[in-house]
Parts: sequence; structure tokens; C-alpha cells
Amino acid sequence: MVCNMETDLIEDMDIEGLPSMWPEDIGSDKQFNVERPGGGQDMLEEVTIPEDQTIVDFKRLLELTNYTDKGSSQMAYLVKHWEYRQSNAVRLLREELDNLSRQRQESELKKLEILEEHRFEEEGYGGDKRPISIMDELSDMWKDVCPRKNDVVFQSKRVEVDAEYDTVEYWKQRALDLEKMLEASGQREQALMEKLNESVTNLEKQSSPVEELSQILKRADNFLHFVLQNAPVVMGHQDILGKTDVEIFSGAGVKESQDFKREVLEKGLPAKREITFETELFGSKTFLIYVEPVFSKSGETIGVNYMGMDVTDQVRKREKMAKLREEIAVQKAKETELNKTIHITEETMRAKQMLATMSHEIRSPLTGVVSMAEILSNTKLDWEQRQLLGVMISSGDLVLQLINDILDLSKVESGVMKLEAAKFRPREVVKHVLQTAAASLQKILMLEGDIADDVPIEVIGDVLRIRQILTNLISNAIKFTPEGKVGIKLYVVPEPPFAKEGLKQKSKAYQSATDAVKEEKHQPKSQTASDQNGFHDKKHGEGYQDHKHDDDPGTPVSHGNSMDEDLEATVWIRCDVYDTGIGIPENALPTLFRKYMQVSADHARKYGGTGLGLAICKQLVELMGGRLTVTSKVHCGSTFTFILPYQVSPIEENSDDPDDLSDMADQDSVTDDVTAGFFQFQPRTLGSLFSSNGTSRSKKLLPNSIGFGSAHKVNGFSETSYSFPSNNRQKETAPLEDACSVAEVAETLSEPESSFSHSPEPENETEVSRGKQCHVETTSWFQNPATESTSHSEANREMIQTSKTNEPQKICEMQEKPDRISQSPSSSSAEVPETKPKPKPKILLVEDNKINVMVAKSMMKQLGHSIDVVNNGVEAVHAVQCQNYDLILMDVCMPVMDGLKATRLIRSFEDTGNWDAAAEAGIEQAMPSSGSSNHFKRIPIIAMTANALSESAEECFANGMDSFVSKPVTFQKLKECLEQYFP
Amino acid sequence: MEVGQMQRRLLEYTKSLFMEGVLDNQFLQLQQLQDESNPDFVAEVVSLFFADSERLLNDLTRALDQPTIDFKMVDSHVHQLKGSSSSIGAERIKNACVAFRNFCEEQNIEGCMSCLQQVKQEYCLVKNKLETLFRMEQQIVAAGGSIPMMELSF
Repeated sequence: MVCNMETDLIEDMDIEGLPSMWPEDIGSDKQFNVERPGGGQDMLEEVTIPEDQTIVDFKRLLELTNYTDKGSSQMAYLVKHWEYRQSNAVRLLREELDNLSRQRQESELKKLEILEEHRFEEEGYGGDKRPISIMDELSDMWKDVCPRKNDVVFQSKRVEVDAEYDTVEYWKQRALDLEKMLEASGQREQALMEKLNESVTNLEKQSSPVEELSQILKRADNFLHFVLQNAPVVMGHQDILGKTDVEIFSGAGVKESQDFKREVLEKGLPAKREITFETELFGSKTFLIYVEPVFSKSGETIGVNYMGMDVTDQVRKREKMAKLREEIAVQKAKETELNKTIHITEETMRAKQMLATMSHEIRSPLTGVVSMAEILSNTKLDWEQRQLLGVMISSGDLVLQLINDILDLSKVESGVMKLEAAKFRPREVVKHVLQTAAASLQKILMLEGDIADDVPIEVIGDVLRIRQILTNLISNAIKFTPEGKVGIKLYVVPEPPFAKEGLKQKSKAYQSATDAVKEEKHQPKSQTASDQNGFHDKKHGEGYQDHKHDDDPGTPVSHGNSMDEDLEATVWIRCDVYDTGIGIPENALPTLFRKYMQVSADHARKYGGTGLGLAICKQLVELMGGRLTVTSKVHCGSTFTFILPYQVSPIEENSDDPDDLSDMADQDSVTDDVTAGFFQFQPRTLGSLFSSNGTSRSKKLLPNSIGFGSAHKVNGFSETSYSFPSNNRQKETAPLEDACSVAEVAETLSEPESSFSHSPEPENETEVSRGKQCHVETTSWFQNPATESTSHSEANREMIQTSKTNEPQKICEMQEKPDRISQSPSSSSAEVPETKPKPKPKILLVEDNKINVMVAKSMMKQLGHSIDVVNNGVEAVHAVQCQNYDLILMDVCMPVMDGLKATRLIRSFEDTGNWDAAAEAGIEQAMPSSGSSNHFKRIPIIAMTANALSESAEECFANGMDSFVSKPVTFQKLKECLEQYFP
Repeated sequence: MEVGQMQRRLLEYTKSLFMEGVLDNQFLQLQQLQDESNPDFVAEVVSLFFADSERLLNDLTRALDQPTIDFKMVDSHVHQLKGSSSSIGAERIKNACVAFRNFCEEQNIEGCMSCLQQVKQEYCLVKNKLETLFRMEQQIVAAGGSIPMMELSF
């Protein structure tokens, strides 16, 4: 029993005795660095424990246990435990005693019973009514209470007697039996007595708590020894016995753990912490340190319980886990991001697709709207309608342009755009682009084209796209060039460094179309080389005597030379589009080719445009395997350069097959000098109708016959202006005799204000002035140049028709001749300053306020102008009907008719050639005969506004006024304004 | 009085007119337009202005006296007056006219009436001042001196 208790106790004490020493969350033994011995192995086998240590010094023990709270609680626990044991033992003993005494009573009762039975039997066996022995019942009871009693042999045996009842034999036997039973009972009593004694001694043995306590302590001691024995992994246990932790540990982490202990000591609260120690044997080890403060009875902290556990692996695992978790998080974030990007990309693609589709869908109806509007603009309209229509058309054109740009861009971006390969003549393309640009030129700009001789006559490429690029760049250049020149320069360059990739790209792009070109290649070409050479040689003189491509010594590039040998040689042609414009600031260069980018918002406002042009150009150039670059200097101009590769077809003979010229449908180009390398387009130059190039084409470009007709109608007025056509004629013919192919275009014929300067043939004019039938003459005049096209003569005929109807007016105009000379705007004289002195402009002042009139008149006088004055809008219209003015100063706010309306009426007249609008407004024509033919030029009208707010200015512009002067008019303002119109 | 002194007085007087806001730079413009070929230009313009203004003021007074006021007409008269006064540089009249036109737009009869009174006052002021100015100029000329020009910048 003692032995049992002991083994029980070991386990009890391990956990119950030191419950608070380990942190609660350390549950499993695995966490300890202690190797659990295998089953069956005696834990203490190896431990040699000197037995003499079991002596307990009670005094010391008390001292120890009273020293700390922990100790006293331990002590209290031990005492409690002992008391429990004690009471348990007492209870058992008492039970035993009870048991024994009961048995004794029983046996006595039995004895009595037996005796009574005997007596009863003797009396007559009546007592057999209670056959069940008390002992039996008791023993049954005891079975439940104390199973230990089982080992006590205690049987109640019915005494069996074989002998016949009531014989002597029977009684004898019975007496014997009873004797035996008594004896057994006596023996049992004996045994019980022995057991009692045993228990008593046992009780005595257990009764010492000190003994028990010392046993527990011994076990704890043993356990500690065992732990140390099993902990040689960190240090030998001999090394630590009798040493303090500071002495034992060294290296990193020690200080931290010391600090931690101190911290706990100060705070008085238990805490855990992970501390990494640098151990000599095992390197870095992380321990989970649990430190618990130990309090004295008085509540002071007197020390700590310190426990460490190696959690290196766990920490490592934990760190790994954290890392993994982190990685997973990152992965997840990335995934989300990716998904988002994919989503956005998809959205963008869809949006782009949608935009393209929409643009396409919008384009068709818009084209309808714009073209219908254009047709409408050719019908008879009043001034207001015309103005509205003008806005409509220009807006429509802008939208159309924007949509086309967007479509182009999306095509290029999505790779849908296919390039076509067709033969074309670069010279003609350049010329054509310049002519087109010149036709709509509204500034005094020189347009130049200069193509080097080494540029092949024909190359293969996507002429439409190249033209698109050139047109775009040229129109940009013109837009941003207020004066000076704009030009295109073409020359062959060696293969640029980016060529390789570019070539690949290009060949891919062109692949589809090359076959078709090959077929064309060998078609007969009838144009003779000498035809072209004629002009060219003369023009370039000694410098370019031999211009033929195949043997041109000046051709430096092998590509160019190898044209004859190779069927498909590549030539790189560099194209510079230069201008003398406002230039591009350096900081704007990087974003220049981006979509919807313009140099600045100011520029966008001032110059308009979609901001897509350059982006498209760049993309197109790159699609064709080239590069588009720009160099620029602010205020000096910009040069856009693109280098493109072209296939060159062998030119045994020059082709003039019109089918070959994909972009040149005109028949007259046949007679053009195909090798002409230099073109110049000057606006408002004279005698252009005689130039060898571009005459008829420019005519075809004229927007409508009205502008054209008007230009010629005014031809009739002046004999003095006679001199400038002839002057110019000479000037023109001189280079023509040199066979210089200077191409001058009559593009400005369509512009009203330039019409004065376009005084052509003298005969023509005199014919008209004489009022004769001039049909024959004019026709013959137009037949003068060799390049006469049918469309041209048609235009002439139309013109002649109008001039015929206007004959009376022309005569009348002749009478006003001197006036008209002086009226010629200085803009025309600026063109040909040598021909005549600056005329005095005729100025009309429309002002109702007498004082203002007086002041303005006086100011104008000081400025050297005399002015006509009228007092209201109606009078102004009358004045304009009767006289030709070069400038009108118009008060806005006037009685009878305000300046805005008067301006509208005058503009309407200028546009339509009649005063119908004025008539509708109730103004009778003052001089009925002098109306429609007088002038179709646009008279500059300057508003004079009392309040110079922007709104009012806009209103002025909207009504057709050109600028405004705010009132009160000052000398300076007036001077500036006049300088603007009469420089 | 000595010519030089008279000239100085004229200049000071002119300057005071500018300071008081009776005249503005536009008046200098007029003075600049006056030269040998047109020696009385300023006087001519100003007298024309007086005549015109008096007519306009009469018209205005009459128009505002009507039982139903034709504000459009009133406005056009005021516009006229404003135009001419700004042309000769009579700044205070011009400013009064601006207020007048605002009331006109609101069809505020009382405002218009008070503005008319103000314009009349301003007109009288300008007229008196300018007449004084011209008298001084005439005195200088009579004394054989030349009329000094105001500096443009002050």
C-alpha cells in the first residue's frame, strides 16, 4: 500500500505540487527539451542519489517554507495533503474497528444462538423458524462496504449431521461440529485481531508528515537531477551546479534576459518573452522565457522564478509561416492587381473598339450632312443663312476630321491598317501637296518644294499615307507660320540605324500589295526622258547637268545606283518639312507626338486642331518602317523630318502611264517635268496662269465659281494696274525662259481681298472695259498656256458669262478709275511695291455722335487720313453702295440702324453680290446701277464699342466685323488699328 | 498778370480738374489734336459738346416729365450723352450717365430723376470749369503767351 501511494504521489506531485511554475499555455511535454524515457525504463535508473540526504532538518524546512509565499503555500499544501491522508487512514481504521467489533458481536451472537439453538433443540426444535444466519447478512453488507473483507474466510455452514435425529449419535456429532465451528470462530477472531494490529502499525508508520514531505522533496530533488542529467545538450550539469545564471550564461541575449528579469521584478507581474541566446555549442537558440515574481510574506518581491524553453524551431517555423503568409498576401495582391489590369485593358479595348465603331457610324451620316451643307452653300442664300451655313460646314468639317483622325489612330493602333504598295512619283506628290496647301493659303507664305536629283522618279510605297503625312505636316507648318516660308525637302539618305527592324516591319506591311506592283512594273512607258530633261538641265545649270538616275554621278547612295540591277532595291528617302514659324519650346517636344497633345492650351485655342495629327503621322511613319523626328527653335521655326524606305522599281524608261500614277489622275501631268526638283508656290503672285506647272490643277481646286468669277470681274477696272501684270509678266517670263519650273499658283484667286492684284492679260481687260464680246479673246488667252484642261475652260466660260452680264457696271467703273486706284488696298501694293506709290485708303466713319465724329475726324486727320462720315447704319449701307471703301469704322450703338446690322448687310452683299438683304431691311439702293459688280472684296469693318467687354467683342465678330476699338477712341488706339489694315 | 504766372495757374487749374475727376485723359487727347492748322479744336469740340448736352438734357427732362416714360428713348439720350462726355473726357458726367443707364434699364423713375439731377449738376460743373479754363487760355493768348500743354503723365 505504501508503495502504491508512492508511485501515485510522484505523478501527483509533478503536476499538482508545482502547478504554477510553468506557463499555462505550455501543455504538451513535447515542448520541453527533455527526452522522455521510454516505457518501462526507470526514470531514475541512471541517477545515483545519495540516500543520506533524506534527513530533514525541520528547522531549516520551516525557515525555507516561511521565507516565501510560495514556500508557505507549498508547505500548506503538504500539510493539507498529510492531514487528508491522516484522516483517510483514521477513517479506514475506524471502519476496520467497526468491522471487527461487529464481527465479534456477531460471533458472540452466533455463540448465543448456537447455545439457544441447542437449548431450543433440546426444548423441542421450535427455534428453527429463523434459519438465515445474521452473519450471512452481515457479510453481504460488508461486501459492499469493504471488499477487502473478501479474503477473510468466513462461512456459515449449516452443520450437517448424518446421524439420525435425536439419537445419542446425533447429539454427539452435533456437539463436535459446534465445537469445530467455535474453534473456527475463535480463529477468525484471531485473524482479525492480527489485522487490526497490522493496521495500527501501518497507521503509525504513515503518521509522520515530515517523512512524507521529505519524500516529496527527495523526489523533486531527484527530478531536478534528472532534468540536469538530461540537459547536457546545452551544458553539463556539473557546470551549473552552484552557479548563478549570470555565471552560467554568456553571449548575446543574456543581457536581455537579465533586463527582462529585472523588469518583472520591478513590475511584480509575471511575463513571457522570447529571447534569442547565442550559445557556444548550438549557435543561435531562441528561448521562451517565463519569469514570475516571487513575493515575500510581506508582499515584497524578493526574487523571480525563471523558466526557459527552447522554441528555436517553433520560432523558425513561425517566421517561415509569417513569411509564407506574407508571400501569399503579396501574391494575392498581385493577382488582384493583375485582374484589375486585365479588366482595365479589356475595358479600354472595348472602349477603343466602341469608339472606332461609333466614329465610323457617325462618319457616314456626318458626311451626308456636311456634303449637303456644301451643296446648299452653292445655292442662293442671304447673308445670315450663309453665315450659319458657314459655321455649320466648318464645324462639320472639324468633327469629320476628328473622327477620321480617331479612326486612323485606332486602325494603326489595332494593327488593322494595311499599307498599299503602289508606284508613285515623289516629286509629284510633293508638288501636289504644296499646291493643295497653297490653294487654301490665307497668309503671305512662300511654299517650297525641293527634291534632290538622287531621289528616284518613281518609288513604291503607300502614296495615300505618305500624302497624308505630308499634308498634315505642311498644314501644321502653315498653321504655325505667320510669315516666311514653308517647304518640303526630299533627299536620299544612307540606310539609317533603325533600318533593320523597320525594314522587317515594312516588308510585312507591304506584303499584300507587292504582287500587284510587280505586274505593273513591266508595262510600257512612253514618256521620253528627253522631255523631262529639257527643263531640268537648264534649271539646275552646271550643278545638275546629268540628272538621269541610272548614271547620275551625284547619286551617292548605293541603293539609288543599284536600281537597275536589282528589281526591288530599297531607297531611304528623308523628307524635311520645314517652316519659319513660331517654333516649339523644348519642353513641349517630348509630348508633341502624343495624342490630343498640343504645345499648350493657348495654342489649342489660337490655332485650333484636334491634336491628333502628329500622333497619326508618327504612327503612320513607324508603320511604314520609318522614323519621324522634329527639331525646332522657338521663333525660328521647326523642321519635321521623316525617313522612309521605299522600294524602287527599275526604270528602263520613264513611265507616264496614267495608271501608274496612282495619285495623279490629271492628264496634264504627263507634260509636266517629272524630274523637276524645285517648286515654289507664292501666294498672290501674278502671271501664274502662264506657269508651266499646276495651272489647271489649281483651277480645279477653286472652291466655287463665284470666287473665281469675282476675281476676274475686277480685272476690268484699272489701266494703271496694267503695269503690274506686265511687270510681273516680265519677271515671270525671265525664269520661264531659263526654263525654271517655278510653279506659281493662282490659288488666291478665290480670295476676295487679293483680287486686285490678279490683273491678268491686258487684252482681256481692255476687252472688258470696252464692253465688247470678250469671249473669243478670253478663251484664247486661256489657251495660251500649253496646259489647258477642260475643266479650266469650263470655269472660264462661266466666268465670261458673268463678266458679260456685268459689262455696264464695268464701264461705269472705268469712270471711277482714279478713285479706284487710290482705293487699291495696300496689301496688294505690298506685293508689288515697286509698281506704284502707296494709295490713300478710303475710310468711312459711321457714327451718330457729333462730338465723337469731330474727335475721330480730327484724329484721322492727324494720322493723314480724310474720312467720310455717315450717321447711322442705313447711311453706311448707302455709302457702301455708292463708294468703295477700304475701311469702315462703325459705331455699334446707333439710332435708325445699329452697326451690327449694317455690317451684316454689307457682308451679305459681299457674299452674294446683291443688296437683297438690304432691300429686305428696307434700304433702297441709292445707286441702282453701281451695285453688284463694284467690289466683292471684303471691306474691313472695325467696330467702335462703348464698352469693350469681351461679350460685346464677340458679338462684333459674330456679325462680321473684323476688329474693334473701344470708346472713347484715342489717338493711339486708332493708329494701331489703322496700321493693322494699312501697314 | 504775368504770362508765366498765368501759364502756371492754368496748369495748376487743369491739374486740379484732373484731380477732382472732372476731366480725364481723353481731354488730353483732345488737346493733343489741337495744332496750328486747327487752333481752336478743343474749344470747338467742347462748345459742340455743351450745345449737344444741353439739348440732350432738355430732351431728357422732357422725357422724364411724361406720364408714361419712354425708357428706350431716355436710354438712347443718356447713351448719347455718355458717348460725347466720354469723348471729351468729362469723366464725372460719364460716370453719372452709367448710373443713369442702369436705372433706365430697371425702369426706376426715381433713380432716373435723381440721376438726371446729378448729370445736370455735373454738366454745370464741367461747363463752369471748362469755361474758366478757356477764359484763362484766352487771357494767356491775349497776353501773347502760348498755352502750356499738360504733361501726359501725372
